[in-house]
Amino acid sequence: MSKAAYRDHLGRPIVAVTGMGVITSLGQGLKDNWAALTGGVSGIHGITRFPVEGLNTRIAGTVDFVELPVENPVERSYFYARSTTEEALAQAGLSGDFGGPLFLAAPPIEPDWSDRFALADRAPASQRPGDAYDRFMAVLREKPDPVLYEAWLFGAISERLADRFGTRGLPVTLSTACASGATAIQLGVEAIRQGRTDRALTVGTDGSVTAEALIRFALLSALSTQNDPPQKASKPFTKDRDGFVIAEGAATLVLESLEAAVARGARVLGIMKGCGEKADHFHRTRSSPDGGPAIATIRAALADAGIAEDGIGYINAHGTSTPENDKMEYLSMSTVFGEGLAKIPVSSNKSMIGHTLTAAGAVEAVFSIQTMLTGTLPPTINYQNPDPGIVLDVVPNVKRDQQVTAVLSNSFGFGGQNASLVMTAEAG
Amino acid sequence: MTKAPNDVVITGVGIVTCHGVGTEPHVALLNAAAAPELKIEVERFAPYPVHPMPEIDWSQQIPKRGDQRQMENWQRLGVFAAGLALEDAGFKDDVDACGSMDMIVSCGGGERDINVDSLIVDEGLKRNDREQLLNEKLTTELRPALFLAQLSNLMAGNISIVHKVTGSSRTFMGEEGAGISAIETAFARIRAGQSTHTLVGGAFVAERPDVTLFYEAIRAHATGSWSPFWSRPADAGGGIITGSVGAFLVLESREHAEARGAHIYATIEAIGGDRGRREDGRLERRLNLLADGIEPTADKAIVFSGASGMHEVTGREKAWLDSRFPGVPVRAYSGVAGHALETQFPLGLALAALTLSSEARVPAFDPAAEKAMTAPAETAIVTTVGHMRGEGVAVLSKEK
Repeated sequence: MSKAAYRDHLGRPIVAVTGMGVITSLGQGLKDNWAALTGGVSGIHGITRFPVEGLNTRIAGTVDFVELPVENPVERSYFYARSTTEEALAQAGLSGDFGGPLFLAAPPIEPDWSDRFALADRAPASQRPGDAYDRFMAVLREKPDPVLYEAWLFGAISERLADRFGTRGLPVTLSTACASGATAIQLGVEAIRQGRTDRALTVGTDGSVTAEALIRFALLSALSTQNDPPQKASKPFTKDRDGFVIAEGAATLVLESLEAAVARGARVLGIMKGCGEKADHFHRTRSSPDGGPAIATIRAALADAGIAEDGIGYINAHGTSTPENDKMEYLSMSTVFGEGLAKIPVSSNKSMIGHTLTAAGAVEAVFSIQTMLTGTLPPTINYQNPDPGIVLDVVPNVKRDQQVTAVLSNSFGFGGQNASLVMTAEAG
Repeated sequence: MTKAPNDVVITGVGIVTCHGVGTEPHVALLNAAAAPELKIEVERFAPYPVHPMPEIDWSQQIPKRGDQRQMENWQRLGVFAAGLALEDAGFKDDVDACGSMDMIVSCGGGERDINVDSLIVDEGLKRNDREQLLNEKLTTELRPALFLAQLSNLMAGNISIVHKVTGSSRTFMGEEGAGISAIETAFARIRAGQSTHTLVGGAFVAERPDVTLFYEAIRAHATGSWSPFWSRPADAGGGIITGSVGAFLVLESREHAEARGAHIYATIEAIGGDRGRREDGRLERRLNLLADGIEPTADKAIVFSGASGMHEVTGREKAWLDSRFPGVPVRAYSGVAGHALETQFPLGLALAALTLSSEARVPAFDPAAEKAMTAPAETAIVTTVGHMRGEGVAVLSKEK
């Protein structure tokens, strides 16, 4: 190939995906996940990790099949990220020090309640209401607790990943809420385009389903309360959707400049063609009713990719199953794609895996690439009662064999952070 | 240095420390004859001394009461400092400029409800079914608004809402390294033409028991009273005195800044960050790599050291600075403003930019250990060596 073949429409290095790994409630590894996802299987189930008696929401897409050395959200999030990164690097055929930067989307994990209770057990008696932290500090002055300290660092997960996989420089740990996974990929793409590196490790992970996380989202009325049966709760784009189902998971994508990937004989799984983002200033938890920022985000991704609206063959929707997101996402897609939207299949992985929050953008990017690789569109399950205001081909309930060469994946977050990715099968 | 259109220049500084609000008190501090008067709070969080927030009229940057109420002090301080930076750069209320402005915030998380946490653990001492207790109490006692006030990415979210900065919004977490990566990323994007103007920075509130607890878990926080930075006693805690700080910068490409006739404080010439094990001289070797090629003229340079105060590593940084930049005056800004974790590196760049632009001869902050400046600096080196991990170095040059 000539040098020009490695550059995109703006003269920048083309970015290839050469390795992928994923874990969700459906299983560990891309193979198992893809079989379940295209089989229309739901990973949503009743919560057993902690008591849910008395709570309005008692279901989740937690990952319950892994053995952890210690049960807390930091260990979980690290374990998921490590396992998907091992899988991705193996697929990429890379061993030894990775030698490129790490961009990690990780949840802002707070100290665990078990730690607070344990400190309280060792602490002197309360002298006045509201003095628990003073007592905790008295305990720690007597005997420091480096393990506890480490669990409180937001940088702890990326630090361990950096050591384990030999990434280069300072790892970035980021949060853009539900868009985090996509933002991690975007940072990797940007770094390669800057010429700072030939490769980047991009990871999204979330193992933070705890009682407090569940209750907090419930207090914002964001979660589905249709607990029975759990598998039916997540039903994007339907009339009776009533909130998202909180879930866990992780995904890793190895990004490389196409030139470097070809030079080392790596298999190119897909091209990370373009990224777009636009923040919202409307409200802390609600998006602009006119869909303006989401529209701008999708348009920015298409422009960055150098692809026209009619070049997109499939959309991996954010599709959270909240009344507001699905309506706004439909509005934004119909504005951008116009009448052409009717011909574009749009499905939501979240109908099966729930909302993996910080990891979602990365998990869904992996599934988007896999969609192109296999020529199979995963369905939107639980699509029994379509919302008449949302006229979409959601690939209802059953997978579809259809070859697509360009995919758009959307991620729209609380706090107004939005990101979209455009992926293609081929570099051209 | 020759000028280039994609030079990364600083055109806006938003700064809040215990010494006041905005550039004015800080330019005065940097140009004073002697170290500033000590601003320290030793009673409220005893035995932990902290550099407190100054008096702030939130309404100056957060006009709507409703917006103020949706936040706690940590988010308020970030939104406030971001507003100062925008105003200083001449972007405040410029809908088009803010609508296309990129943003990277480096921060931790927001305030927990200390009373609710206390209530739950106290009740838990009397009960065996603690998990059930948690569900009951969290459901009834947690305020939904406070959850949003705690979320890391909602500092940026509130900046979008209050100041309409919406080109992009990213939040970096992870202690000192987050601040280094935030500026490094903004710098690399502007250099490569991926961004023309970026708001970057963060805020840290020291006056929080949930924050002090984090430091105390490894006995990092100093106890008792304030003492001079480079000679903090080993028998009074770990050496770190935290400070409430908000620090945001507006970074622009030179082309973008000059086209609108913006005041340029300084150019960021280089910036880098790294991490890894620190024993056996590894830290010093990495710092040498980060400082590779930096050869300032001793009497026309200054080092703003972001050293945390943590006993051992702070001493190592001092020794490295003395050998790598002999004769260059060093100012440890934690000594006057406190350690600000994710905001530490942005604060150092803010002080460096103000110093270069105002041609300050910065007084020694710790006269026993810091030498006087004989002339204004043309080069400023900013270091941040994380109290536990992560290191960064930036070089700024004066605009001529």
